[in-house]
Amino acid sequence: METNLCVAGFGGQGVMTLGKFLADATCNSTDKNVTFFPSYGAEQRGGTANCFVVISDEAIGAPLGDVMDDLIVMNGPSLAKFIGTLKSGGTLFINSSIVSDDIGRVDVKLVKAPVTELALEMGNAKVLNVIMLGVYVGYTEVIQPDIVWNTIEHKLASKPKLLPLNKQAFEKGLELGRAQK
Amino acid sequence: MARVFMKGCEAIAEAAVRAGCRFFAGYPITPQNEIPEYFSRRLPEVGGVFVQGESEVASVNMVYGAASAGTRSMTSSSSPGIALKSEGISYCAAARIPMVYANISRGGPGVGSIQPAQMDYFQATKASGNGGFQMLVFAPSTVQEAVDMTYKAFDYADRDRNPVLILADGVIGTMMEPVVLPEMKSDEEVAAIKASKQGWACVGHQLDYANRSWIQPGQWSTLKMQEANEDAAALYESWKKDVQVEEYQVADAEIVLTAYGISARICKSAVDLLRAQGIKAGLIRPITVHPFPYESYDHIDYNKCKAVLDVEMSIPAQFVTDVAVGVKDRCPIETCLCSGGNIMSRDKVIAAAKKIMEGK
Repeated sequence: METNLCVAGFGGQGVMTLGKFLADATCNSTDKNVTFFPSYGAEQRGGTANCFVVISDEAIGAPLGDVMDDLIVMNGPSLAKFIGTLKSGGTLFINSSIVSDDIGRVDVKLVKAPVTELALEMGNAKVLNVIMLGVYVGYTEVIQPDIVWNTIEHKLASKPKLLPLNKQAFEKGLELGRAQK
Repeated sequence: MARVFMKGCEAIAEAAVRAGCRFFAGYPITPQNEIPEYFSRRLPEVGGVFVQGESEVASVNMVYGAASAGTRSMTSSSSPGIALKSEGISYCAAARIPMVYANISRGGPGVGSIQPAQMDYFQATKASGNGGFQMLVFAPSTVQEAVDMTYKAFDYADRDRNPVLILADGVIGTMMEPVVLPEMKSDEEVAAIKASKQGWACVGHQLDYANRSWIQPGQWSTLKMQEANEDAAALYESWKKDVQVEEYQVADAEIVLTAYGISARICKSAVDLLRAQGIKAGLIRPITVHPFPYESYDHIDYNKCKAVLDVEMSIPAQFVTDVAVGVKDRCPIETCLCSGGNIMSRDKVIAAAKKIMEGK
């Protein structure tokens, strides 16, 4: 069993961090193979950024597959760029706050979450990625939510002030993801 | 041992520190910046020294100096930066100085592209600088292998008093994977390694002209220069025992894929998928690309094998020239290539293999 995930958005939306949290949690808590592969241009902010996470019971060949089982899209350009890579029957997780385009596919499952708006409501636009991670984990159950949370907590150990907000963001995401199953 | 989730570049740097590397000098270039960044933070913690040089040339010569003083030393760069370091590497090889360096290679030639590629094969294996010197060159295909090879590279370098190259690529350097890190050498062990170099290194000697250490990347006497070349040639000849290779499902294979580094792991998963579809595929993966495991290609059953498929992220193909020496015209060699920073696709490898098997 192998799961290929692509997370794509603008630089600054935390797409790398989202992928890394998920992959790191998998490494820490399971004996599965896992890879995280980032892909970005020379830009730091505002350009496109995407990463690939592969989780597998077998040895992993390519750290970026040709066909994605799951796709997380945080902005419009990423939808256009990656929708063609999603397998038939795959799941598209979409930031419905800023992607309103027709996805142009009827053969995939669609999970919507207005993560930009929700993050702003929580008072910090930066947590949109943690909300989306919650949505993904809540919907797919690819890994236990508490294990993902432990990883986030560990990574934010030096910034304890941010923990309550991230906890709120992650739990909101879980709730949204579970509700759309 | 618990596994940790690490980026290839950072894992290489940590493995070096654990092997006793206490000096690193380098100069920034994508996609290997996490190596110097990691060393800059880590080396001061263990009493080592990190220097960001003013250039690649300066950095490699600092490593030449530090290694001449008996300290396990390393540098790293990516393709065009490695080209700039070739002068210093050649000097280290001439002076028989042990050092380790990593090439996290990217597209080329010239400044090329910042994305991953395997376009430095000839440079790495045939001519990493002037003068015909040779090195052990290891090509990791996982982050774990990059760690294990880097750790061991310092032992090889010291054993041979010669540079050792870790030839990785931008995927191995920037991807993250679980790794089990090797044991940290104690301060005593690191000191003992340095002390063991008393015989040749500039580690502090009596005022004894006859026995003082003398590090020189050449000879004024033609006779002495030839002797040095002969010594080096004997060393290179001794490396047959150091050849490392992975042969996977080769014995009954009707098509044998061959690749190194990142392309090889993609091929290995392609072999499994091809077998699941009834196509008897195999893989030969050189782990050392120098010395090259030519003899592995004798293990192919050429009565069954329709073709060898060379897979590499280089256009034109380079690795294929060594493959051809191994295959010796016993079957056709086809290629499946990409370059410019595009990463090899498993589907593309499978399609290339099927096309050969279907005779299209």
